[in-house]
Amino acid sequence: MLNIIGKKNIFLSFSAILVLASILAIVFFGLKQGIDFLGGSLLKFSIKDTKAEISDLENIFKQTLGISDFKVIYDSQNNYYFVRLPHLSQSDYEKVVSELKNKYSSFEELSFQSIGPSVGQELRKKSLTAIAFVLLGISLYIAFAFRKVFQPVSSWKYGFITLITLFHDVIIPTGFLAYLGKYHGIEIDSNFIVALLVVMGFSVHDTIVVFDRIRENLLTLRSKMDFEQIVNQSVNQTLVRSINTSLTLIFVLIALYIWGPLSLKYFILTLLIGVTAGTYSSIFVASPLLVVWQKISKK
Amino acid sequence: MLMKKDAIYLSIIILVAVLAGFFIYPSGFGNQYLPWKLGLDLVGGTHLVYKVDLSSVEPQNQGSVLNGLRDVIEKRVNLFGVSEPQVFIAKSGDENQLVVELAGIKDVNAAIKTIGETPYLEFKEVIQNGDKIEYIPTNLNGRYVTGAKIEFNQTTGKPQVAISFNDEGAKIFEELTARNIGKPLAIFLDNNLIEMPVVQEKISGGNAVISGKFTLDEAKLLANRFNAGALPAPITLIDQFVVSSFLGSDSLKKSMFAGLIGTLAVILFMIIYYRKYGIFSSLALLIYIVLTLAIFKLFGVTMTLAGIAGFIITIGMAVDANILIFERTKEELKRGLSQMAAVLEGFRRAWPSIRDSNISTMITALILYTFTSSFVRGFALTLLIGVIVSMFSAITTTRLFLKVFSKNNK
Repeated sequence: MLNIIGKKNIFLSFSAILVLASILAIVFFGLKQGIDFLGGSLLKFSIKDTKAEISDLENIFKQTLGISDFKVIYDSQNNYYFVRLPHLSQSDYEKVVSELKNKYSSFEELSFQSIGPSVGQELRKKSLTAIAFVLLGISLYIAFAFRKVFQPVSSWKYGFITLITLFHDVIIPTGFLAYLGKYHGIEIDSNFIVALLVVMGFSVHDTIVVFDRIRENLLTLRSKMDFEQIVNQSVNQTLVRSINTSLTLIFVLIALYIWGPLSLKYFILTLLIGVTAGTYSSIFVASPLLVVWQKISKK
Repeated sequence: MLMKKDAIYLSIIILVAVLAGFFIYPSGFGNQYLPWKLGLDLVGGTHLVYKVDLSSVEPQNQGSVLNGLRDVIEKRVNLFGVSEPQVFIAKSGDENQLVVELAGIKDVNAAIKTIGETPYLEFKEVIQNGDKIEYIPTNLNGRYVTGAKIEFNQTTGKPQVAISFNDEGAKIFEELTARNIGKPLAIFLDNNLIEMPVVQEKISGGNAVISGKFTLDEAKLLANRFNAGALPAPITLIDQFVVSSFLGSDSLKKSMFAGLIGTLAVILFMIIYYRKYGIFSSLALLIYIVLTLAIFKLFGVTMTLAGIAGFIITIGMAVDANILIFERTKEELKRGLSQMAAVLEGFRRAWPSIRDSNISTMITALILYTFTSSFVRGFALTLLIGVIVSMFSAITTTRLFLKVFSKNNK
């Protein structure tokens, strides 16, 4: 049996550092919002035969459109170019594409997305509504899961800690995306929000399973062991199932990340980080926090 | 006796799965009978969202105007010969939107032009205020036009376009002309002033003539556009998504390959970790994949990139139920139960946690499906269906496999 509760300070510190780093990243770097929230255009294309210089491409956009607030990104792995632009009118879009076609004979347009600012606002509003409802739904679910009163730990403590781990699992991928935004120009879009919401869904149930086992064992083993031992045993009893159920999901996510389509890359990455954080928190954060809290309130 | 029954059930499931396999296979019988519905992001195409300006339409007429608008655009889009164009009305907040989806179209710009250039006809009253001319909008506009043809002016010989209104339009036109005898009436086309004839007399019968200064070709084009239908309300392009067919098929190939690798990884893991049980749950997983895909196809779920991603994710979650059962079985074995008894007890006692562990994902998927649109919806739908089907398939199918094949080594 692993002594997880005995080494709780190490595990909790590790989480605390990650959460703190994530919060700092979000506060200092901010989150770069994508075109579906702010409005704007995204042109994706490839140039097969020649290697186009980024500066040449930038000049084409500058001259054709007379604007400078755009960004050209080259994806060397797939030989794709991405250009992030303000909301383009239909005629500007045609102009720039025909200009690129003239210059590079092997130019091929892969995709073009243009979103008006009002649509962006609407999408942002929808995302926020979805977040609010998922949080509400999950809180109700937690309240339902812990509806029965058990001693010596009152039910609301389990619920509160479950929400803390939920926060932990969501803040870490968000912090990572803030870092990617700062150093790699990655933007968050509605897919990112969806990934976070899915992480929330995954996050709570593992924690609930561990807590359920703790409550069950408290009933039967209280006379034989002390609180810490019971918690440790419960974590160990649910350890394999927690890890294995997450592992199978992580396998498919890794496959999707490596071999899947490019447009899903950061959606999958957010899920991957969130699910990993969720597995860690259900084992190494939730129960240790319960023990710490119980100790403090006993004093 | 009981065993025989299980064997029959299992054979039925396997038979259904094999049939489903043929059904979902992208060529042959399944494809002829009912082809897969693939989203634009997988076949390539254009997704256009227009904002519909209904500010000049009375609330009680808005529904019929929107439907009329959709019909008109549909007619225009059909001129391209795109297979199965989708034109539908969507509501986003307070905004009315018209969504046009054209699959596999090559010249997107021509398409956008033709849709956008549909004539928007308006009649406006004119108030002359010294040098200033003011145009007062009226109720009469293109949505009352039933047809148009080219005529030649009897005095000048110039081409002109004769339009006819429906009964309602004719009545409005009659009132409008009666009110403005001796005064000019402005005719706007796509927000441009075309002409401003002076009304000579009250016009009944619902026929009007736009003389403008058209060449014969211009007049022909205008008449054709009217006959395809004038837009009953103005529209503006606000959102556009174009995917090349290369990128679409590349995305489809990549996600299928990733799904395959992911499935193999899960199967390998299950067999290495749970041995014989792992084999059974892997077989159940394969049956789950085939059956769920068949359900998607049968119910006409349009598979998008996000939808496929959602489904692949459920592959990673589908064996969760089995893991819960097998872990429980191990505990029961420790308690001293015989193997078969432990397995059955594992199935029985693991159900509450299987149900609970899927509830939160189902809550999320349901909310996502209800409160969001497009990309997210496809993802939420396949995730939701997948989770529900997997819960039952992992339990029923795996249990049947175990019961039928492990009777001997009690």
